[in-house]
Amino acid sequence: MVENTNLFTRAQVHGPADYGVPLPGGSYPRTGEPIKSYWLGKLGDAQVGPIYLGAWGVASLIAGFIAFQIIGLNMWASVGWDPIEFVRQLPWLALEPPSPEYGLSLPPLNEGGWWLMAGFFLTASLILWWVRIYTRARALDLGTHIAWAFAAAIWLYLVLGFIRPLAMGSWSEAVPFGIFPHLDWTAAFSIRYGNLFYNPFHMLSIAFLYGSVLLFAMHGGTVMATSRFGAEREIEQAFDRGTAFERGALFWRWTMGFCANAESIHRWAWWFAVLTPLTGGIGILLTGTVVENWYLWGMKHGLVPPYPGTGVVDPAGGSMGGGS
Amino acid sequence: MTKIIAWFVGLFALVLTGFMLFTAGWERPPIETEQSGYRGTGMAEIINPRVDPQRLEAQLAAVPDLAPLTPDPGVPKAGDVYQNVQVLGDLSVARFTRLMQAITEWIYPEEGCAACHNLNNLADDSMYQKVVSRRMIQMTQAVNSEWSSHVGATGVTCFTCHRGNAVPEYTWFNADPATVSADGMVGWRNGQNRAAEFAGLSSLPEEPFSRLLEDDGQIRVEGRTALPRDGQYASIQDTEWTYSLMMHMSTALDVNCTYCHNSRNFGSWDSSNPVRVNAWHGINMAQSLNTEYVAPLSPVLPPHRLGATGEGQKINCATCHQGVAKPLGGMAMAQDYPSLWGDSPPPEVAMDDDEGDALARNERTQDIEGSGAGGL
Repeated sequence: MVENTNLFTRAQVHGPADYGVPLPGGSYPRTGEPIKSYWLGKLGDAQVGPIYLGAWGVASLIAGFIAFQIIGLNMWASVGWDPIEFVRQLPWLALEPPSPEYGLSLPPLNEGGWWLMAGFFLTASLILWWVRIYTRARALDLGTHIAWAFAAAIWLYLVLGFIRPLAMGSWSEAVPFGIFPHLDWTAAFSIRYGNLFYNPFHMLSIAFLYGSVLLFAMHGGTVMATSRFGAEREIEQAFDRGTAFERGALFWRWTMGFCANAESIHRWAWWFAVLTPLTGGIGILLTGTVVENWYLWGMKHGLVPPYPGTGVVDPAGGSMGGGS
Repeated sequence: MTKIIAWFVGLFALVLTGFMLFTAGWERPPIETEQSGYRGTGMAEIINPRVDPQRLEAQLAAVPDLAPLTPDPGVPKAGDVYQNVQVLGDLSVARFTRLMQAITEWIYPEEGCAACHNLNNLADDSMYQKVVSRRMIQMTQAVNSEWSSHVGATGVTCFTCHRGNAVPEYTWFNADPATVSADGMVGWRNGQNRAAEFAGLSSLPEEPFSRLLEDDGQIRVEGRTALPRDGQYASIQDTEWTYSLMMHMSTALDVNCTYCHNSRNFGSWDSSNPVRVNAWHGINMAQSLNTEYVAPLSPVLPPHRLGATGEGQKINCATCHQGVAKPLGGMAMAQDYPSLWGDSPPPEVAMDDDEGDALARNERTQDIEGSGAGGL
């Protein structure tokens, strides 16, 4: 087996294909004859395949394909099956959830029924893919960190499209499947509930999101900067800390006073990434169920910075604030 | 090889830049901003000095030059001299004729009297245009006398909307039911999810007016208490309809959300600008006018004036505003036509209505608290 031992080298070593470790008994075989791609080698490993799909993977792809077809064909039907309009309007098109009058009941097929069906198959596809990631990690004697990180993302997806609509008693609260329409949903959601920026879990989610970006840049930058000393060989360096990791750690200790180490930086990054959708999902779930208006809630608890009022009063004589 | 890639990337960037410069919707800098709220709130008006003042100037240039208001001789009354004068019968013939001439200039400058009247018998009601005009005169009187909360002492005339056109340029038809209802097996889109002309090309509902600018459409969607309360519930879809209407208002007046609202909380009145109260009355006015005056005229309209639901065109904010925060820059044309104010005389306007003043008035002069650069 020939290995290219430095990710950052400009030379590409093209040796015999690596077929990987033997599979445990009862597994499907890995499929596909490996090929070598010079251009993919510029980005990652030059070898493509073989791939292990397995029963879970096949089931997930089938469910995902069904969801994709339901969404796509409904979009196409909404422009009268006109192929040009379909391409032209594609970012605007969507499959809409049912209207509020249907609550949690089963709506007619063309008034949200397709949306429920697409949601079912998309959810099935995601969960099947999650099982695949979990079982593959187990089969290769890995930890299941990747599966749990993926589960955090599925949590946010489920809160938006399933758990919160259930709690609110209406499918219409869920997000449409569409490019611009889901963004309009997001803006409308924030406006309806008095500005999501005053939702502390939204704040946490943003902090973890930006934190993830920062950690990713710090870690990637450190490894690349010390790769001339062999830092890209992280696994070896974790066992036998060489000059690269020492320098990387010293750089951060001397600039921040504190540094992560070769193992803990990955725990930092993993938790930041996982906490982004976890806290975000909590924030969404509380909106409308526990808190009606985040701005007024923030006012009540001293979270919203006060500005001088303009003295304008509601001409309809209504009032805002209070709550029980 | 690397060179080829570099050229390719460069070309790609160039094409993208070209798209940015030459496709619609982009305006070149510099753009002026004018603070419109307390510092730190991000409340500002964005003005393109090469586009916005010119739009108003062009509109003011189209105002017809009409005979000035002269003392009213009082008699004879139009109702005594002419037949079938149902609304303006109490006017003196001199004032009546003057108004008819003005209406011709405002609405039918090319076609003249024959656009509404049977020239062999001016009293004849056989032309639908005449029936519509009568109702529209009543509507104008109602706007000026009952809706001073929105139009103030400036008032409106036929020209505010018509601008020399038989039908005002900016109106709306009820959406084709096929776009809203679920027909067949697939493809329902709930009146949205298309580049919406009225809603700033977003994918929001395409025609929010029949729900919100007619009858007693409910625009308020934001939660009014910190914690949920039973029985008060606006859905996300309701919110999207309101959002669409607000996009229309923003386009119609050529202003940002922050012209009225503090965007950190759209619902809160205490942090809004005073003009939001004007806008609130405007929404009520549009609802009332569409319901009482415009929609009931559909039965008298010929088929080519009707939309997909068999109703005629109706009004929205753009019908009068036409891309200017104060229609015609606040030019008080209606002052010269006391008959357009119904029974009440026009209120005093402190300013006169020449073009220069209208332009100047359109600029915001109020001193904003907290606009200083110093302090915190």
